[in-house]
Amino acid sequence: MRVREEHRVTLVLDQVRKDVGAETHIRDVSLTLESGTLNVLLGATLSGKTSLMRLMAGLDAPTKGRILVNGSDVTGRAVQRRSVAMVYQQIINYPSLSVYENIASPLRVAGLPRAEIESRVRDAAKLLKLEPYLDRRPLNLSGGQQQRTALARALVKQADLVLLDEPLANLDYKLREELREELPRVFAASGAIFVYATTEPQEALLLGGRTATLFEGRVTQFGPTPMVYREPQDLTTARVFSDPPLNILKARKGGHDIALSTGGDIRAAGVFAAVPDGTYSVGFRAHHLSLDPIPGQAITLSAHVSVAEITGSESFVHLDVGQHRFVALVPGVRRLEPGSGVVAYLDPSRVFLFDEAGRLAASALAKAA
Amino acid sequence: MARITLDRLAHSYLPDPRGPEEYAVKEVHHVWDQGGAYALLGPSGCGKTTLLNIISGLVRPTRGRILFDDRDVTDLSTEARNIAQVFQFPVVYDTMTVRENLAFPLKNRRVPREAVAKRVDEIARLLDLTRVLERKARNLSADLKQKISLGRGLVRPDVAAILFDEPLTVIDPHLKWQLRSTLKELHRALDLTMIYVTHDQTEALTFADKVVVMHDGAVVQTGTPEELFARPAHTFVGHFIGSPGMNVLPCRVEGRTAFVREQAIALDQTYPMLGDGKRIELGIRPEFAELGPPGTGFPVRVRRVDDLGRARIARVDMGGYQLTASIPESLTEVGGDASLRLDARHVHIYADGHLVTGQGRP
Repeated sequence: MRVREEHRVTLVLDQVRKDVGAETHIRDVSLTLESGTLNVLLGATLSGKTSLMRLMAGLDAPTKGRILVNGSDVTGRAVQRRSVAMVYQQIINYPSLSVYENIASPLRVAGLPRAEIESRVRDAAKLLKLEPYLDRRPLNLSGGQQQRTALARALVKQADLVLLDEPLANLDYKLREELREELPRVFAASGAIFVYATTEPQEALLLGGRTATLFEGRVTQFGPTPMVYREPQDLTTARVFSDPPLNILKARKGGHDIALSTGGDIRAAGVFAAVPDGTYSVGFRAHHLSLDPIPGQAITLSAHVSVAEITGSESFVHLDVGQHRFVALVPGVRRLEPGSGVVAYLDPSRVFLFDEAGRLAASALAKAA
Repeated sequence: MARITLDRLAHSYLPDPRGPEEYAVKEVHHVWDQGGAYALLGPSGCGKTTLLNIISGLVRPTRGRILFDDRDVTDLSTEARNIAQVFQFPVVYDTMTVRENLAFPLKNRRVPREAVAKRVDEIARLLDLTRVLERKARNLSADLKQKISLGRGLVRPDVAAILFDEPLTVIDPHLKWQLRSTLKELHRALDLTMIYVTHDQTEALTFADKVVVMHDGAVVQTGTPEELFARPAHTFVGHFIGSPGMNVLPCRVEGRTAFVREQAIALDQTYPMLGDGKRIELGIRPEFAELGPPGTGFPVRVRRVDDLGRARIARVDMGGYQLTASIPESLTEVGGDASLRLDARHVHIYADGHLVTGQGRP
């Protein structure tokens, strides 16, 4: 696929809000998206991913705020008059048309010359490894190939904006893995603004690019994907971007002592030393909770095993610590009887500290991964 | 409750099947022990749903029998088999309360009222539904509705087995963690035989004590998650289990050495029984293929590094073959040229896709 370097587009969402009846689906979202970038919208179901995409596409009009393309206001402009392509979770193809004709269909509608259609379809088919199937009907192909067809159709339009709404969610695990591995290459070969919605933190990390975390219709943070993952600026972002779920306990700092909601006190060292007295939420990811002693000064938690899930290479151990339920992701196979007592260790330099308003107070960011 | 035996089952959707390729399920012989937590894992089209439908009685197999304990149920209807099922999407009566929904399967079977109330309370407590018991199901969220579906499947204490068909598809990732561990707790608390069908390896491996892996209509391996990871019996299992899956490279074997193109790779066993004319391959999981600085192992070109957050995966090229490898935390600088080290204890040899047992492990 040709990179259209001469044709650069900037899409700006300026304080965009969407109300539906009494409910607010999108709350004052501002985003700037550039050509040739992949932008992941990461959030749970109903966090606003699809609503935001519909606003970007022009399928819905915002209640408030503006949408700008290269500086000009397109807020009221209908989807037909915008340069947009979409791919959905539900795989949509024309069952009676061949794969070739499926991919070619938007170009035929646009009335492009035959040779141009042929060349664009061949390029897209090559990129998405569909060349052997061009004469087949979509329903005779695997789910992965069907979704590749839908992706190819979105790409041939050479739209400025390509919206992908959980495009892999209906595919088998392994097909998902395979296609996901190829997508960054596909995106790089285009040049459009790609927006990709997912509920899975792992998928966002694998795709790279930039990530906007969504929660209840708000974008809580937007930046390079690994940075948003490693440096969440608030508790909500850290939670949205953690799978297994972020473990959270409370800590009250007074002078040199920290009282933990899990019971016990620790000395204010590491990240704790740097913050003023007060109450904090301590967030840490599952792979930072160890069931083996760790070097240096560790926070020790006396826990009871609720369930141990073993994947073969690693174990997810669900722990009850007082009123808290934590997940530890530990390497290898750990057969632990439910109810048995264990000690869990946490490196205090691997935690995020959030103040009472949920804002990041301190963390050993580089190490917190 | 029962032990379920699949006795040389095979099924074709064609009236008069000829070759094995016309069978959706090739010959399967398997025993599901009473009280076990099983997963039936495979990609779409592998035959797992057909097998599930044979167990539940929706499909009558072309060949073979199905036994509950020693009773032949091959010709019995789903109802007569006494099986509970939970599907991908919630099956809930919107106009009923949560309590009425949970009680429904018991009332249908004329269980005495006090026993119904007791069992519903127990299931609601286990699924954390107690606080919504008196609410109508209609306005509840999708995941609460799926919990009700699970509850309806679990509420009958006398079922032969509970079949789950991709039950967590509609559930958000965060809630999946909760529900998965809840299911495990339920399995322990209720002593029921559970068979969980999925294409998702994480769900299968974390739920089940024993995983049955299907590929192309056949069972290719049955084992604990640990066995499937450590000793994949078939290259398909190696590929399908693990993310990314096992690397599989064509090779030839001489003594304690495998050759991938010209590259010699040390083995910790010999394979005198490989035989001629078979496709010989070497399998190594990325977890045991470690990237290092140039000059510390086999030379490779790094094509890409994926940052998974808690780990990094390298995609490398070794003599024209593509591999995935793990990057140790100590290796901070990853350039274009690097080395690969394979842990000989975890190198497997396959002939025509099947694991070959070696000899003389030191």
